[in-house]
Amino acid sequence: MNSVKKAAVFALTAALAAACFAGCAGGGTSAVATDGSTSMEKVIGTLGEAFEQENSGVTFTYNPTGSGSGIKAVREGRCDIGLSSRALKEEEIASGLTETALAYDGIAIIVHPDNPVFDLSLEEIADIYTGKITNWSDVGGTDGEIVLIGREAGSGTRDGFEAITGTAEACKYRQELTSTGDVITTVSGNPNAIGYASLASVKDSVKVLSVSGVAPTQDSVKDGSYAVQRPFMLITKTDTALSPAAKKFFDFALSQDAAPLIASAGAVSAN
Amino acid sequence: MKHKKQFFETFVHGIFLLLGLVTVGCVLLITLYLIFAGIPAIREIGLFSFLLGDTWASTAQQPSFGILPFILTSVYGTAGAILLGVPIGFLSAVYLAKLAPGPVKKAVSAAVSLLAGIPSVVYGLVGMMVLVPAIRRVFRLPDGASLLAAIVVLGIMILPSIISVSITALEAVPKEYEDASLALGATPTETYFRVSVPAAKSGIAAAVVLGVGRAIGEAMAVMMVSGNAPNMPSLFQSVRFLTTAVASEMSYSSGLQQQALFSIALVLFLFITLINAVLNFFLKHSREE
Repeated sequence: MNSVKKAAVFALTAALAAACFAGCAGGGTSAVATDGSTSMEKVIGTLGEAFEQENSGVTFTYNPTGSGSGIKAVREGRCDIGLSSRALKEEEIASGLTETALAYDGIAIIVHPDNPVFDLSLEEIADIYTGKITNWSDVGGTDGEIVLIGREAGSGTRDGFEAITGTAEACKYRQELTSTGDVITTVSGNPNAIGYASLASVKDSVKVLSVSGVAPTQDSVKDGSYAVQRPFMLITKTDTALSPAAKKFFDFALSQDAAPLIASAGAVSAN
Repeated sequence: MKHKKQFFETFVHGIFLLLGLVTVGCVLLITLYLIFAGIPAIREIGLFSFLLGDTWASTAQQPSFGILPFILTSVYGTAGAILLGVPIGFLSAVYLAKLAPGPVKKAVSAAVSLLAGIPSVVYGLVGMMVLVPAIRRVFRLPDGASLLAAIVVLGIMILPSIISVSITALEAVPKEYEDASLALGATPTETYFRVSVPAAKSGIAAAVVLGVGRAIGEAMAVMMVSGNAPNMPSLFQSVRFLTTAVASEMSYSSGLQQQALFSIALVLFLFITLINAVLNFFLKHSREE
């Protein structure tokens, strides 16, 4: 009995070791590493899954660190493709990086479901976030102090929102939360709260406002009529060619085949 | 044969020494890393404008890195938690150590240990879902995420350490002291507060300092209920602690901002080292007694 058990354990160990070696050997040549924006998680996750299914033997990894870290990772060669939910800055392009638009993401302006307000103009949103408008009655709602919910400094969503509304460094946040989920939970729990979150992540627990009469939908984000939107960029090195596997993924992500996958993840394909 | 035994003993001692040194090595490594990672930003920003600056705008065009709001928030938050937690914890400990009948003591002690085992994210979650909306309604505020919410959460979180250390101190008081007091005609309550508590005072002080250490180092639960805006502390305002300042911005930070976060961690580390020194002082004191 004992010897049978021992043999079984030995066989199992050997099998595991073999699997490990095989895995390591395979991973060295055909792996695609992406790193960057947490807002792109859904889109890149969907694409990566489909890519892995079509190309067996290729491992796809995504490291959700944030746009800034992703851009840094490509520059330092720690990943194949960087993911950024904002356009590159001039000095980043000068440092030898190239951006390619993968998709567009609408940033939804969200309020509590009981809030009677359903539409705000971009100027009103900016005035609310900079503290010029402080009461909901000033924008057609019921009397109550507006509670501004935002994201922490460095977040791609915050960066995108403040850049689009022209409120950079001027937002008077009541709360600075560290994830999209936290923002949605907090807004859904306070009748006077207003927040912003990636359109792809918004749930039914909050009400999505239209901006200047345009509701955020795939179409309105794609044709640009919905104002609060930002690009999802693939960041690569300008002068270094991608590895064959990474190049394959890059082409796949920008192909027509990928468009429905991007749409299913809540963003709008750029191609 | 004897020689062999001796060799074995030395060998085992060597292994134990090595394992002990692992801990020391970790502490040294963390300390050195924090100092080396934390100093550059303080040098660049300037010690005074870093510690005493009242504006934190780490990603602005003209960034400013003043952490006075965080320091004050951590100090006020911890003080508030102590004000709230110590009376409750201390009196519970007196009750459990001296007055409670056996079964009650067992049940309450079990509850206290359970409280100690609850992960801080759970405290934060309950605080976020129950406490924050409750504060908003009770005080008619636009938003309930505030210093007060953090104080309440921290006050509850430090209870287990205060209670268990205080109980140990109170139970260590020699029974003869109490018997003598009772024999002189003092009531049990008089005995507990005039004899047992003074005799255990350095142990109880150690419990309080331990509570301070726990409160000042807590990040997760506080982050979920305090709102995280870098304001100067005020009871009903959204505030940011030293711990949450590091935790909330670290994931996306870069450059001087990231270095400044390490500097905040260094300041926090110094605070906690100071608290540990005080704790050691009290513990030594109580042992000498």
